[in-house]
Amino acid sequence: MKEPKQMSVSAIQNGTVIDHVPAKNLFKVIQILGLDKIEHQITFGTNLESKKLGRKAIIKISEKFFADDDINRIALVAPDAKLNIIKDYEVVEKKVVEVPDIIIGIARCMNPKCITNFESVTTRFKVISKKNVSLKCHYCEKITNQENLQII
Amino acid sequence: MKNRSLVSIDDFSTDEILQILDHAEEFEKEPVRKLLEGKVIATLFFEPSTRTRLSFESAINRLGGKIVGFADASSSSVSKGETLHDTIKMVSSYSDLIVMRHPIEGSARYASEIASVPVINAGDGANQHPTQTMLDLYSIRKTQGRLDNLNIFMVGDLKYGRTVHSLMMAMSRWNSTFNFISPEELRMPDEFKLYLDNMGLKYYEHNDFTDIISKADIIYMTRVQKERFSDPIEYEKVKNVYVLRNSMLKNTKPNMRILHPLPRVNEIHTDVDTSPKAYYFEQALNGVYVRQSILCTLLGINLTA
Repeated sequence: MKEPKQMSVSAIQNGTVIDHVPAKNLFKVIQILGLDKIEHQITFGTNLESKKLGRKAIIKISEKFFADDDINRIALVAPDAKLNIIKDYEVVEKKVVEVPDIIIGIARCMNPKCITNFESVTTRFKVISKKNVSLKCHYCEKITNQENLQII
Repeated sequence: MKNRSLVSIDDFSTDEILQILDHAEEFEKEPVRKLLEGKVIATLFFEPSTRTRLSFESAINRLGGKIVGFADASSSSVSKGETLHDTIKMVSSYSDLIVMRHPIEGSARYASEIASVPVINAGDGANQHPTQTMLDLYSIRKTQGRLDNLNIFMVGDLKYGRTVHSLMMAMSRWNSTFNFISPEELRMPDEFKLYLDNMGLKYYEHNDFTDIISKADIIYMTRVQKERFSDPIEYEKVKNVYVLRNSMLKNTKPNMRILHPLPRVNEIHTDVDTSPKAYYFEQALNGVYVRQSILCTLLGINLTA
């Protein structure tokens, strides 16, 4: 029998690897980071086995390095994500994501009477708890908890 | 504070609040001053609120300002489907300041970000109504001579009552003790009790009026509304429990005053009206002075000019 052809997601020379993304949120991470709009080479794999997450996804972006503020925007959808910064095929730095103090335009306010659910207003929240994520709407001042959290 | 908006009472520092109250005292002494001559104030009432609108319009008229606006959304371009965004953009080019009441929560904050002129929130749904809170603070300070270390009783609908939540948060700046009297279904929500815990302030919860009201400096009454109850029988059981009568005031402190944001239905018996401790009608009048003060403050108008 012929040896199956293997196509592996090859290592990158320089760039960022985002690992431990929950498989179901892969495309949300891509959207939040705007990866669908950049020119760099991107490879990703999804539904990979993970002891921790069940099914995980991994994203490799060549020649792209994120500022902490940018990368922390994925904390709501990929709280366990780990970043490896690659230079010349070597991991030169590891980073974890941290929930930021202010969240702009990622989550939906759970209050059905909030203006952000009536007009095209960019949502904005103050993070009042990072562990069990709890967000206070900048507009209606109501709280949205982890269990009610919806990503736009 | 010039050119700032007033959306939530927390937008202003304690010193700024006190300055607004001080200026309101000046307007009480001399209400008619032509400080807004040549100014146009927009009063946009996307939902009707006769009391608040008349109070603002009275304040503006006494200051010699002119008013444009509407008293309910059906007579405005909203009924043609215009967005709040566009209405505010347009009105801010017609006026020097916008007073806005809107049924949707957060609408006032949003408007203040779009408008090129200051916005005063005259109520955004169940969220905030800061000028009501300011006039409550003014009434408390005026009747008690101070804001510090008072024992505040709040009675009635403490769950949905926007005015009691804002007043409680505001008074927490002055080390108040709180007593909450309400039916089980309409208790003060946990998030506010947690806030008081974090502030290290004392509060007590009661299911009915008792002799405890002899300790009150202020009794703040609110309406218990039938539509707030999931079970109509529960409403029938409690509807007469939270009615304040003159006979109950016998042992209360001489400085105690009764406040109510109005309109009242039956929760304060009319036999209380003639008591020197009844203050709710004066409280409503104070609203005009406080709104005069707020209008001038946000427009950067100097009182002595």
